Amino acid sequence: MIAFWTLFAKEVLRFWKVGFQTVAAPVLTAMLYLLIFSHVLDAHVRVHDVPYTAFLVPGLVMMSILQNAFANSSSSLIQSKVTGSIVFVLLPPISYRAFWAAYVLAAAVRGLVVGLGVLCVTYWFAALRFEAPLWIIVFALLGGGLLGTLGVIAGIWADKFDQLAAFQNFLIMPLTFLSGVFYSIHSLPPFWQQVSHFNPVFYMIDGFRYGFFGVSDISPWTSLAVVVVCFVAMAAFTLALLKRGYKLRM
Amino acid sequence: MNIPAIRISGVAKHFGAVRALDGVDLEIGSGEFFGLLGPNGAGKTTLISALAGLARPDRGTIEVIGHDVQTDYRAARRLLGVVPQELVFDPFFSVRETLKIQSGYFGIRGNDDWIDEILHNLDLTAKAGANMRTLSGGMKRRVLVAQALVHRPPVIVLDEPTAGVDVELRQGLWRFIRRLNEDGHTIVLTTHYLEEAESQCGRIAMMKAGRIVALDTTANLLQRFVGETLNLEEVFVRVMNS
Repeated sequence: MIAFWTLFAKEVLRFWKVGFQTVAAPVLTAMLYLLIFSHVLDAHVRVHDVPYTAFLVPGLVMMSILQNAFANSSSSLIQSKVTGSIVFVLLPPISYRAFWAAYVLAAAVRGLVVGLGVLCVTYWFAALRFEAPLWIIVFALLGGGLLGTLGVIAGIWADKFDQLAAFQNFLIMPLTFLSGVFYSIHSLPPFWQQVSHFNPVFYMIDGFRYGFFGVSDISPWTSLAVVVVCFVAMAAFTLALLKRGYKLRM
Repeated sequence: MNIPAIRISGVAKHFGAVRALDGVDLEIGSGEFFGLLGPNGAGKTTLISALAGLARPDRGTIEVIGHDVQTDYRAARRLLGVVPQELVFDPFFSVRETLKIQSGYFGIRGNDDWIDEILHNLDLTAKAGANMRTLSGGMKRRVLVAQALVHRPPVIVLDEPTAGVDVELRQGLWRFIRRLNEDGHTIVLTTHYLEEAESQCGRIAMMKAGRIVALDTTANLLQRFVGETLNLEEVFVRVMNS
């Protein structure tokens, strides 16, 4: 367990030492989204009978959690691989389970720290409610864990920074932006509503938002089931890669 | 019965069409100062990678003090300290943080006294709080040595430990390594500085194209060619050309 806690603490320390880039910058970005979208749309749009700015805040918080959890594990691994310092983690007797758990937990912590930061700065712009806080916590943890796991896969798979950027720009960004962060899927044409149901991020955002307002596009239990299944599947896949030493051990 | 520090049996490893290791058999006794020599591409680093669990052999087994590096990897890795050839470091941390983190990876907490001793012996005490990025190449090399020693491994592998290190630092490093060897640590050294191998190692293996082509005590290797007094470099060249 000492090895696990050390790797976890090292990963947290790594992003904390450059907190301006890893925490403050994404909080500012989320606030800019809120200012622009709420200024344009708040007077005209209500979703589930919730003012648009209030509707937007949970989406931005969750999007920040997901993107930063992914960024943490993926950037740490690719950087270690490119510089060669990954050897310091591969030489000691750290089990592949501890390796996975430490990277994912640290990624979730960064996601949650950024998410909390976004919530704190946007709280003053919208009348938020906290109807079901447990759902908020559960979806935040699962979302951070799932994207942290996806970050481990991307970090292991990518050999170069541009491959990781492609993973981030062509998979993670579209999945998060087209998941209902900025809208309810009921405002989409039927075809795109159906497409949205194949996006696991949609369920994370929708379940997370349910925790604030007690209303959602679909049942939070359905969202929870989808997110749990995705998390378990991704975790099992990642553990299998790590056990094989895929792209880590020759 | 004495268990060897390292036992390598029939180890082979291919990278595509390249035969990096071609059935290597080798035993290194406990407490030896052993040299592993060979030209670039001979398979030294691949062999060390397989020993350290960074590479998986296609066939054969490797044991560190009786523990298989694949099936009993956790015990084997605890017994092994490896100084990698590349000058790698984590730019986020200071020297002391780097060593404390490395101790934690091996399941050790409260290791400060030993870390202080290593820092002192490697002349790094003044740099303990310095970020790794700010160190010279020689200093970074010594931190790599320190990282390999934080868990007091009985078997220490040094892969080109003095590459890019100035003469003064090199002498200090060898004094420390010799002391570790006198204290009972097994040392395995790869180097291109053959005079260092000649002066430090009691026994030497020479590798070529993934095979061990010469294995003997240093004294015997120097007398390998009857009627001639040669230094290790001359012996090495002849063995490689034979």
